[in-house]
Amino acid sequence: MHGFSNSGNKDTRSGFGAGLSELGKTNPNVVALCADLTGSLKMNAFAKDHPERFFQVGIAEANMMGIAAGLTIGGKIPFTGTFANFSTGRVYDQIRQSIAYSGKNVKICASHAGLTLGEDGATHQILEDLGLMRMLPGMTVINPCDFNQTKAATLAIANHEGPVYLRFGRPKVANFTPEDQNFEIGKALHLKSGSDVSIFATGHMVWEAIQAIDILAEQGIDAEVINIHTIKPLDEAAILQSVAKTGAVVTAEEHNRFGGLGDAVAQCLATHHPAPQEYVAVNDSFGESGKPAELLEKYGLDAKHIALAAKRVVQKKQ
Amino acid sequence: MTKTEELTALSSQVRRDIVRMVHAVQSGHPGGSLGCTEYFVALFGEIMNHNPHNFTMDGKGEDLFFLSNGHISPVYYSVLSRSGCFPLEELKTFRKINSRLQGHPTTHEGLPGIRIASGSLGQGMSVALGAALTKKLNKEDSLVFSLHGDGELQEGQIWEAAMFASAKKVDNLISTIDLNGQQIDGATDNVLPMGSIRDKFEAFGWLVIEETDGNNLPAVINVLEKAKASTGQGKPVMVLLHTEMGAGVDFMEGTHEWHGIAPSDEQLEMALAQLEETLGDY
Repeated sequence: MHGFSNSGNKDTRSGFGAGLSELGKTNPNVVALCADLTGSLKMNAFAKDHPERFFQVGIAEANMMGIAAGLTIGGKIPFTGTFANFSTGRVYDQIRQSIAYSGKNVKICASHAGLTLGEDGATHQILEDLGLMRMLPGMTVINPCDFNQTKAATLAIANHEGPVYLRFGRPKVANFTPEDQNFEIGKALHLKSGSDVSIFATGHMVWEAIQAIDILAEQGIDAEVINIHTIKPLDEAAILQSVAKTGAVVTAEEHNRFGGLGDAVAQCLATHHPAPQEYVAVNDSFGESGKPAELLEKYGLDAKHIALAAKRVVQKKQ
Repeated sequence: MTKTEELTALSSQVRRDIVRMVHAVQSGHPGGSLGCTEYFVALFGEIMNHNPHNFTMDGKGEDLFFLSNGHISPVYYSVLSRSGCFPLEELKTFRKINSRLQGHPTTHEGLPGIRIASGSLGQGMSVALGAALTKKLNKEDSLVFSLHGDGELQEGQIWEAAMFASAKKVDNLISTIDLNGQQIDGATDNVLPMGSIRDKFEAFGWLVIEETDGNNLPAVINVLEKAKASTGQGKPVMVLLHTEMGAGVDFMEGTHEWHGIAPSDEQLEMALAQLEETLGDY
């Protein structure tokens, strides 16, 4: 048994809402903006408790990003809230020029990322956002795995000077990391030691990777699992240390195989320690409507597929 | 010299800076820069309460300015430098490698006076709104100014910002549109006719003031004073400033042709012959 216990399913977006609400009470410089999705982003508590620091901008995401950039001038720490698609692709140039290139201390908080948004379908299921944000110089990119970690990450980014992309999701998923954990940006979390293969997972895929531990154990494969909650800056030391031991890599992300965690890890390996790698990611396609679990299965992103990928990559070891 | 005479002399020198900077590197945007000279000189020399010798990004207690149409960086750099933000001789580095004076303004190289990167159009009004909201949150009565091109109004984000500004009563913001009627591909009325810009901003809930003589320094000072007096009344303030592209250099005037090209050696001499060197070239 992997030994991780789920304290009850919760959505990561509620972790964000809880973190933001706490920041409202503890940090008077934190302000929040939302583009007509206050309920979906769980920003209601902050909006209700701090109406003077909450800006409803309507369905105008480009304007929201610009206003957030301006709010930093004079010391505010703006948190923008909308879906991942409208937080990145729709406003890429605004983020690029007014936030990233201008070095503004804006926290871009994005819910409903990836396939697990579910029934709304591909228009809303962005699978390219990690890549888009990773490519921006100076942007920190974070994809926490559960409610507790998303709350902790929300608190942590308020104390980080510089632009941050914080990605989380819609469905209720296992909540298994400690309550009131300290979130260290850029520090990978070692979840389980193993000798045969390193599984590097991010976001919702971390719990799937944990489920894969037992499937692999039955096949005699001892998997190491590491939670890469920060995709940029990548914890290269943790990755290389693990790969030096196992010699084989699986990356797991709720994202297109291009541009996300898998590519970040592959770049690290190619540069420092070449090793066979299997991607568990969406295979260069758009998503579709369906239940989150159905989608993860159909697009090859569940525990079963992680185990299959691990088995394949172990066989590639010389 | 009276203050107006001083600023008139500064305007001539700023125009010399603009054509010399663009000539030196054989690139840049002289037309809009020349047309906005009086606006910049009035704003930085008379209207704004600011502290150019001790620049801070946060600008607490100061009026702030945001240039949205970043391509008119030559006039911006000249006026910032001659206001005391950075040494005059740095104007020599405009658009050259390792310079703080990038083709379009940026905070990235740490040039005093710049608080946001601009160049990709349509973003500056949103940024100015954010800065104005922070002024309000910080209980400051300082003002925020922004400048936009008229062609830039074709960007949708401007209208998102315009809608927000009045809905949220951001009445410490004074935006100005440089109405020169020109954009890269020709007259705005030919490229994409926008109808009455005044009617549009009034319909969006702004208090609109218009000045038809935007290259007349006393008139520009006057309209900006009027705009200042109109703040704090629950509405964002819009100054529609009619200017002439290329103003002050006869062969550049009134045409989009000089939007983004540099004068030759001979054209530079012709231009400088029309512009008195009042404060010393950089």
